[in-house]
Amino acid sequence: MSESCKFKRYIWELPVRWCHWINVLSIALLAVTGFLIGNPYSFGKSASDFTMGWIRFIHFTAAYAFTVSLASRVIWSFIGNRYAQWREFLPFLYVKGREKMIRMLRYYMLLDKEVPETVGHNPLATTAYLVLFFLYITMVLTGFSLYAEHAPQGIMHKSLGFMYSMFSNQGMRLFHHFSMYLIFGFIVNHIYSAWLMDIKEHGSEISSMFSGYKFTVKREE
Amino acid sequence: MAKLDTGKISNVSKQGVENRDCSIGEILRQRGVSRRDFMKFCSVMTAAMSLPATFAPKVAQALDKVKRPTLVWLELQSCTGDTEALLRSANPTVGEIVLEILSVDYHETIMAAAGHQAEAALDKVIVEEKGKYICVVEGSVSMKNGGIYASTGGKSHLDRVRQVCGGALATIAVGTCASYGGIGAAAPNPTGAAGVREAVPGATIINLPGCPVNADNLTATIVHYLVFSKLPALDSYGRPLFAYGKRIHDNCERRPHFDAGQYVEQWGDDRHRRGFCLYKMGCKGPATFHNCPTQRYNEKTSWPIGAGHPCAGCSEPNFWDTMSPMYKRLPNVPGFGIEATADKVGVALVAGAAAAFAVHGTLNAIRKDKEPSDKGKEE
Ligand code: SF4
Repeated sequence: MSESCKFKRYIWELPVRWCHWINVLSIALLAVTGFLIGNPYSFGKSASDFTMGWIRFIHFTAAYAFTVSLASRVIWSFIGNRYAQWREFLPFLYVKGREKMIRMLRYYMLLDKEVPETVGHNPLATTAYLVLFFLYITMVLTGFSLYAEHAPQGIMHKSLGFMYSMFSNQGMRLFHHFSMYLIFGFIVNHIYSAWLMDIKEHGSEISSMFSGYKFTVKREE
Repeated sequence: MAKLDTGKISNVSKQGVENRDCSIGEILRQRGVSRRDFMKFCSVMTAAMSLPATFAPKVAQALDKVKRPTLVWLELQSCTGDTEALLRSANPTVGEIVLEILSVDYHETIMAAAGHQAEAALDKVIVEEKGKYICVVEGSVSMKNGGIYASTGGKSHLDRVRQVCGGALATIAVGTCASYGGIGAAAPNPTGAAGVREAVPGATIINLPGCPVNADNLTATIVHYLVFSKLPALDSYGRPLFAYGKRIHDNCERRPHFDAGQYVEQWGDDRHRRGFCLYKMGCKGPATFHNCPTQRYNEKTSWPIGAGHPCAGCSEPNFWDTMSPMYKRLPNVPGFGIEATADKVGVALVAGAAAAFAVHGTLNAIRKDKEPSDKGKEE
């Protein structure tokens, strides 16, 4: 056990935490309702029920919440602190970032025993977030493209015209459905890594997403 | 269905030439079509064009005066289903009016003339009516290897459509084959089948996909041109918005069951008999734009979903490839064998990831790592 003091650092600002938890909630809602839209259960007892109607309503509302959260996070990446900056998500563009990424990778592959401490995001994680971000974008685009078909020639349908010319309708459905599993795969990884770093770094990795504070040995990077 | 009216058909090529100078109203009166039937026809067309009922008298007025445009009908790689759809109308009067309005000068399947005589009729139209005739194409165009896989009258279909559609006022591609290549263009597409739009780029083409085309939509397209002197507004696939501007799912008579959460689970089950939604049986209504629910087929008798069969999505581009499997909601995942559904692949993926991390986690939990503060120095 070390006896050194740690610095208490404010890392995750309020908008970052809000976006994170809105994403969690909306993805959970979207996944459950999405699954029920793709493989519906016959809840309806009479023709005047509206179970699928409500399930779809929740799906679309959560979709809007998710999209707004995503857009806000993008905007925040230009005005937030350095840990929220868009540069964080492109670590492979910088020498230092690449070095850290390799150290992180070696640690994950059980080659190194030394836990690399990261003050904000770790570069391996932000690279995964970048991929995830593009996955989210395609999720949003395919989702709204399918949604907009209820009002053909409307504003949304027209502005998503490029989607219909690039993909078949059923192709978008398949992608939208299958990407849910890719996101599940990410979530498994994400929760595991957070747990691992929490028990190894002793920097309050998990609770920092609630409080915003992490505890680090290093003062500044 | 009514028997094919053979008298009607053998008249086709003759009438076209004889009555060119008469207005449609005059021709109909000569042929003894009653005013009542004519008005009925006009209201059907007004509805098909998605116009308010008050337009019916205006449509009648315009049709009364207007002259018939010359029309040639090319039969390419097809099953003749569209011709059948047009001719086998249950209501002979309306069927007759349709043929009166379409002054068919050339139609390989139904014209009386044959051989050189028939070809001469076509050549005459192309030369004398250049830029004024309407061309209807049924079937896909074989494009591969210079179009050697299909020919009529010694000429490849490709050359034929380029010549005939190129000189037409407008071309109406009827049926899915003529619109997008249809079943001929389904993978692996050995003949390089394509729709007319692809074969004759630059020509004015209206696509009326569907398998077969709904004859009412064909007539309404021509009536639209006759009444308004312009072609109807089209969507990005070249389909008239009046017929393809709404999604089947949004006009479907089973939609209340969809919203309620009442689905057919198996063919012939109680729910099927009670007319529940066919979504789980692979219905492609949510992906298909067509006016089937309102226009229906065979003089509004029925349509696939009305008859208890899920929509196959026949009026969408590449439907043979993209809408299959017909009785499943989602396409199979490409590259994973035939029966790999998105759910199977996805669950395997997530389970694999979870297992990998479980092993990794166990190894990490028993391993003694150096935590950052152990180093005791700042970097
Ligand atoms: S039967 Fe098909 S088109 Fe009709 S409501 Fe159900 S899914 Fe939609």
